[in-house]
Amino acid sequence: MIHVSATPVLALRGVSKRFGAVQVLTDVDLEIHAGEVVALVGDNGAGKSTLVKTISGVHPIDEGTIEWDGRPVQITKPHDSQNLGVATVYQDLALCDNLDVVANLFLGSELSSARVLDEIAMEKRARELLDTLSIRIPSVRIPVAALSGGQRQVVAIARALIGDPKIVILDEPTAALGVEQTAQVLDLVERLRERGHGVILISHNMADVRAVADKVAVLRLGRNNGVFDVKDTTHETIIAAITGATDNAVTRRQARTASKEDAK
Amino acid sequence: MSDLTKNPAPETPETPQTPQTPDTPATAAEESAAPVPAVDPRLLVREEGIKGYWTEFTRKIRGGELGSLPVILGLIVIAVVFQLQNSNFLSASSVANVAVYASGLGIMAVGIVFVLVLGEIDLSMGSVAGVGAAVWAGLQVGNGMNEWVAILLAVLSGTAIGALHGFFFAKIGVPAFVVTLAGFLGWMGLQEWLMGGEGSINTPSGSVVENLTNYFFADKIAAYGLALVAIAAYLYSLLRDSSRRKAALLPARPLSEIVLRTAVVAILVLVVAYVMNEPAGARGLPLALVLFLAVLVLADFVARRTLFGRKVFAVGGNAEAARRAGINVDRVRIAVFAISGTLAAFGGLFIASLSGGATKSLGGGNTLMLVIAAAVIGGTSLFGGRGKVWSALLGMIVIQSIQQGLNMIGMSNAIQNMITGAVLLAAVVIDSVSRRTQKTAGRA
Repeated sequence: MIHVSATPVLALRGVSKRFGAVQVLTDVDLEIHAGEVVALVGDNGAGKSTLVKTISGVHPIDEGTIEWDGRPVQITKPHDSQNLGVATVYQDLALCDNLDVVANLFLGSELSSARVLDEIAMEKRARELLDTLSIRIPSVRIPVAALSGGQRQVVAIARALIGDPKIVILDEPTAALGVEQTAQVLDLVERLRERGHGVILISHNMADVRAVADKVAVLRLGRNNGVFDVKDTTHETIIAAITGATDNAVTRRQARTASKEDAK
Repeated sequence: MSDLTKNPAPETPETPQTPQTPDTPATAAEESAAPVPAVDPRLLVREEGIKGYWTEFTRKIRGGELGSLPVILGLIVIAVVFQLQNSNFLSASSVANVAVYASGLGIMAVGIVFVLVLGEIDLSMGSVAGVGAAVWAGLQVGNGMNEWVAILLAVLSGTAIGALHGFFFAKIGVPAFVVTLAGFLGWMGLQEWLMGGEGSINTPSGSVVENLTNYFFADKIAAYGLALVAIAAYLYSLLRDSSRRKAALLPARPLSEIVLRTAVVAILVLVVAYVMNEPAGARGLPLALVLFLAVLVLADFVARRTLFGRKVFAVGGNAEAARRAGINVDRVRIAVFAISGTLAAFGGLFIASLSGGATKSLGGGNTLMLVIAAAVIGGTSLFGGRGKVWSALLGMIVIQSIQQGLNMIGMSNAIQNMITGAVLLAAVVIDSVSRRTQKTAGRA
């Protein structure tokens, strides 16, 4: 395992967030170190997306503190978060289908001199970035529309790295992907860790979580429900934390199928 | 970024520079194997020179990437058919006529290309052209203002109107179709109001606006000189781009392709210059064409090479993605409508120049439809995100050639409209079919 620094890059301490009468997050703690993949799991409505949005500055927090390299910081708008070094890859990729890969990678942060695009510098850097991440795409000059779902997802993730962020947030990066593409994205997540980025991975897919994550932070009904080390935690323990009970739909189903197989 | 770029992962192969044909079995096998090398197959094909260029061309056609080919074929068909009907169709005066008539509407079409790339529509182009002409005529002829100031104010009135449309569309959220439809009616009213009791205000003889479409550079050096400058500039930009790409170790256009492209452009440009200058009845290079080309070159540069142009295409492709990337979507939208209004008013001055003055009905009739049709015939998509500024030139030449040809063989206006409509439909059909082919070929 990779060496993990003592001070977390990003730490949330006692964060609460409410929308009107609904208390979405209550006293949530979360720590991400450099070179660490933290999976954020929880059932629908557990507050995963809201938590991520507080980090990326979409929703400012009501209570609690956010620490960056040990210092408290204010994140009130997406720009604050980007300036700190947080890059978010949203579930709906947010790529422009009509633009080519280079244009998409640099969208919003184009290299230019006197407002004229420097296509050559951008293409050179795009190739370097894609090569470093071992991303295979047919050409950096074809429109994104011509790429497969997995290729589009890796382009979206690569785009988050253009600004060299310290923390990368991936919101369900494998949700719509096939087996092969999922493996590619998981490879990419591991490469991000090797390069020392902290990664927050939101996923419903326990297989993916167990494959790449170092830690699993479970949210349940807007509260922390345990942070587990992946390598010495069983699947059942995590499921139990997500659902809030050892006796839950997943275990009951497993018991049922197991007894059926015994009967055979 | 530094640690990302400095140490390429050891397993990453250097981009192979060896030329490969995509049809060799080796490459096909490589493509089906899991790790496909990160190379651009198209650029590698071009490394082979003329033959590779041809393979590339046929592959593109089969993949449905027709580009400007249908329009160019269409123009050839138009030229041959009308030339057979009337041997004067390709004469100097006829060609100059097409160029002059294409200029004013073509400049307006450049404006609508930007709006179409944004995925929107501007229905007020004709009315804004009318207002521009009325403002100019009222200020210069009615109030005796300096003609340059009057022209500037007329064009700026178009900018203001366009920006107003953009404001209602971007900030208030009224659909552009409705905003510009309201503009279409409202500005037509303003135009009539500005013209007041006068049915029309004639262009003073010798004025700038009259010269817009009536002045020809009779010196032969003008047309040939401009042609040579254009060829040299084109060649220079290709060579400079190629050498800079080689310096950055990126795939570059081979010399053979640069020579071929320059040769094609040179032949086209020199033939046009020859027809403008040499045959009997030639009047030289029309000022209108020079201005139209200047607008085209400038607009093409803005669209393809500047930050602003990139933002326009991004907003046209996916406005939400553009917003998340930090692009000020509202400002881009307002700017695009301001450009469209500006070019509409500028085009209005050309129409006034052609028709001998500003009138109450200038810019009415089928002006708007011809402008939109030109952009679409030229290959700009109505669905946003895709389009070229040059489509304004190609489309407008098609439309004006058809009108000129039908006029010469004595067809009535009614027949002309029907044929222009059929051509527009054909252009959109070709576009839709080619886009579907592109989808099946995985290129769209």
